[in-house]
Amino acid sequence: MSGFFSIAELGHYALVLALALSLIQSTVPLWGAAARDSRLIRVGSATSITTLFFVGLSFAALVYAYVISDFSVENVWANSHSAKPMLYKVTGVWGNHEGSMLLWVLILALFGGLVAMFGGNLPETLKARVLAVQAWVASAFLLFILFTSNPFIRLDPTPGEGQDLNPILQDIGLAVHPPLLYLGYVGFSIAFSFAVAALIEGRVDAAWARWVRPWTLTAWLFLTLGISMGSYWAYYELGWGGWWFWDPVENASFMPWLSGTALLHSAIVMEKRGALKIWTVLLAILTFSLSLLGTFLVRSGVLTSVHAFATDPTRGVFILMILVLFIGGSLALFAWRAPSLKQGGLFAPISREGALLFNNLFLVAATATVFVGTLYPLALEAVTEEKITVGAPFYNLTFVPLMIPLLLAVPYGPMLAWKRGDLIGASQRLGVAMGVTLLAVVVTLVFTGTEGVLPALGIGLGIWLIVGALNELADRSGLTRGAGRHALSRFMGLPRSAFATAIAHAGLGVTVIGIVSTTSYQIETIRSLETGESLQAGAYTITYQDFIPQTGPNYREDVFRLQVSKDGEDLMTVAPTKRFYDARQMATTEAAIETFWFSQLYLSIGEPQEDGGVTVRAYYKPLVTLIWIGSLFMAAGGLVSLTDRRFRVGAAKPAKVRLAKKPRTAEAGA
Amino acid sequence: MKRLWIPFLLALGLVAFAPAGQLAGVSTPAHAVEPDEMLDDPKLEARAREISAGLRCLVCQNQSIDDSNAELAKDLRVLVRERLVEGDSNAEVRQYLVDRYGEFVLLRPVLDAENLLLWVTPVLALLVGAFIVRRRFRQNASATEPRLSPEEEAELASVLKKDPAE
Repeated sequence: MSGFFSIAELGHYALVLALALSLIQSTVPLWGAAARDSRLIRVGSATSITTLFFVGLSFAALVYAYVISDFSVENVWANSHSAKPMLYKVTGVWGNHEGSMLLWVLILALFGGLVAMFGGNLPETLKARVLAVQAWVASAFLLFILFTSNPFIRLDPTPGEGQDLNPILQDIGLAVHPPLLYLGYVGFSIAFSFAVAALIEGRVDAAWARWVRPWTLTAWLFLTLGISMGSYWAYYELGWGGWWFWDPVENASFMPWLSGTALLHSAIVMEKRGALKIWTVLLAILTFSLSLLGTFLVRSGVLTSVHAFATDPTRGVFILMILVLFIGGSLALFAWRAPSLKQGGLFAPISREGALLFNNLFLVAATATVFVGTLYPLALEAVTEEKITVGAPFYNLTFVPLMIPLLLAVPYGPMLAWKRGDLIGASQRLGVAMGVTLLAVVVTLVFTGTEGVLPALGIGLGIWLIVGALNELADRSGLTRGAGRHALSRFMGLPRSAFATAIAHAGLGVTVIGIVSTTSYQIETIRSLETGESLQAGAYTITYQDFIPQTGPNYREDVFRLQVSKDGEDLMTVAPTKRFYDARQMATTEAAIETFWFSQLYLSIGEPQEDGGVTVRAYYKPLVTLIWIGSLFMAAGGLVSLTDRRFRVGAAKPAKVRLAKKPRTAEAGA
Repeated sequence: MKRLWIPFLLALGLVAFAPAGQLAGVSTPAHAVEPDEMLDDPKLEARAREISAGLRCLVCQNQSIDDSNAELAKDLRVLVRERLVEGDSNAEVRQYLVDRYGEFVLLRPVLDAENLLLWVTPVLALLVGAFIVRRRFRQNASATEPRLSPEEEAELASVLKKDPAE
């Protein structure tokens, strides 16, 4: 034992208290809901908020230990260094297995606390059951942390210096990417808790969908941003400008995103039409199950990659048990209770519901594709000891073809009427979008004739999504039906949800254009340059000037200065860098990235060459930023949808009062 | 058509950005390899690149040897080029690497009995889903068809019987 008290002990103690509270929350509200005892039911809200407080306190204690470089805490010693910049001391808290699990639980507690605080308009018993289910998850993961991944273990004697953080993680990306990703991942736990609570209650209706949708939307929004940020981080950090690898760790976050997107859409059908109830409940369970699966894949060390810090098999087995318990349990509950849920809301195949079902069909097939692609190699190795790789070429042949019909259909969805739609009518109203799309394909072909037809069609697909979204807004404001000067006021009067749909769908189109353009029209030049020599990347001339060795706080670096010019005119001097981190004996490349409009010039330094030159990798990536700008639009669409009147907190209350009165008058009439 | 200028202009603006983004530039063939590895024969080098993009850097996370700057990736790139200079076909080069490192080296798993489930899942998922959806619609359609009560059936039958006589 260390001779002195550390703040870490306080964090440890708070975590144990949080577990005790979660165990109470797991049971008492359920009992209360079954016995219709309001006092027991209210325990749920109180424990939820207190758990959030104690997990928050525990997390703050760990952050503090990192900030003051308290190396008596093993976790701090193993992942920090006194000379590390303050930002990375703080972000280093979740740059390791134990700390990131604590962040996971903190976010879980945060969502539980939010439901307790803002779920005032929920029926008492439903709220109690939701909070109880949420506490089951919290208890399981708190046990996991305390038994296998405790970040508060102390060292004696206290080491003088820490081992520093993995250099690849010493980046602003670590400050943003994991918290966003976890807000998404873990946020789906609410949809899960609602689904399980509904199964326990034996009742789901349109109101249920209305309560679940904002939470799902919030989680989806953060997951979108988290995945997008992670992609941009890989893009600038890895030194050759790849932005998606179909790596199992990426897939782990992409699967819940795909099924979460499906869930958002099926919940609309359930809310508006009362149809697809059972399916929506199942999707809610599956989406969080995929989040749990992702946590297992990344945290258990079953995959070997940068993200998988965990190597201890006891952890893997523990998470696997959580996985089996929750996924198996919830699916068994579903199989038992779902048949008793009433199906409602009939619709024709060609209808808004039909279109959303089409969306679900393709998104779920895509999820299944990523699922087997990720797990098949593991399963095959376990059974036959044969190792295979499932890489980008597999997904290009399977995932991409699944996306094409889906994306083509997107603009049709909002154009079709509920219950029974008119495909020909919708096509006519989409005429403008079709015309513009065709024009876009032709224009692209004219400028890039040599690159083939397929990329041009890809660009056209993106334009189709964007113009289709605008077309829908124009149509709804009556612009295409001769509303004339009334169109503007009608446009302003459209519900927020109409704008949300248009923004998100257009964002998807923007991303598609970025992806197609970068993959098809990228220009690469890799050459060995000596001082004064230059190379050409598209229209840009890059001249190697010199290199300067420098020393940073916890690294040494070689800064290479490159002169960028275009048409004989000097534009700028950029400095891609190679860094060497002493504590971990690791090197990183820091690329120089210059943005011109939506395109980027990406410059990085390779290996020194035998002829004494330095390898310069220059990539011109046309419209590459659209990949991430599009995702910002998608998230913005989610945000706008959240502000829609029907979700605003408290908006449902007066409606509830009015509804409560109605039956009485009806009775009087009867 | 006059009123449709807003979406039209916006779309045109987006299209206009594409050429501004140098789409018109002539792309120079170059590779994500170190300059000293490259072959002098551009045709062979292009083939080397095509093969490399489908081979996994064994120590990396799902990266091809063409994209990775790991030592091993470099060795494999050189090996691929050596085999090509020896006169191997693309398939022979791949087979050579599979013999040495196993199927693990291929980023695109071969379609054989062992990997059948992997390859058919996307199609299977879609078909099974479509089948379930179709069955549901059929059930709904038959459920919603207006059914006549026994009395109505009897009345209908008697009307139909009478009809030709009148």
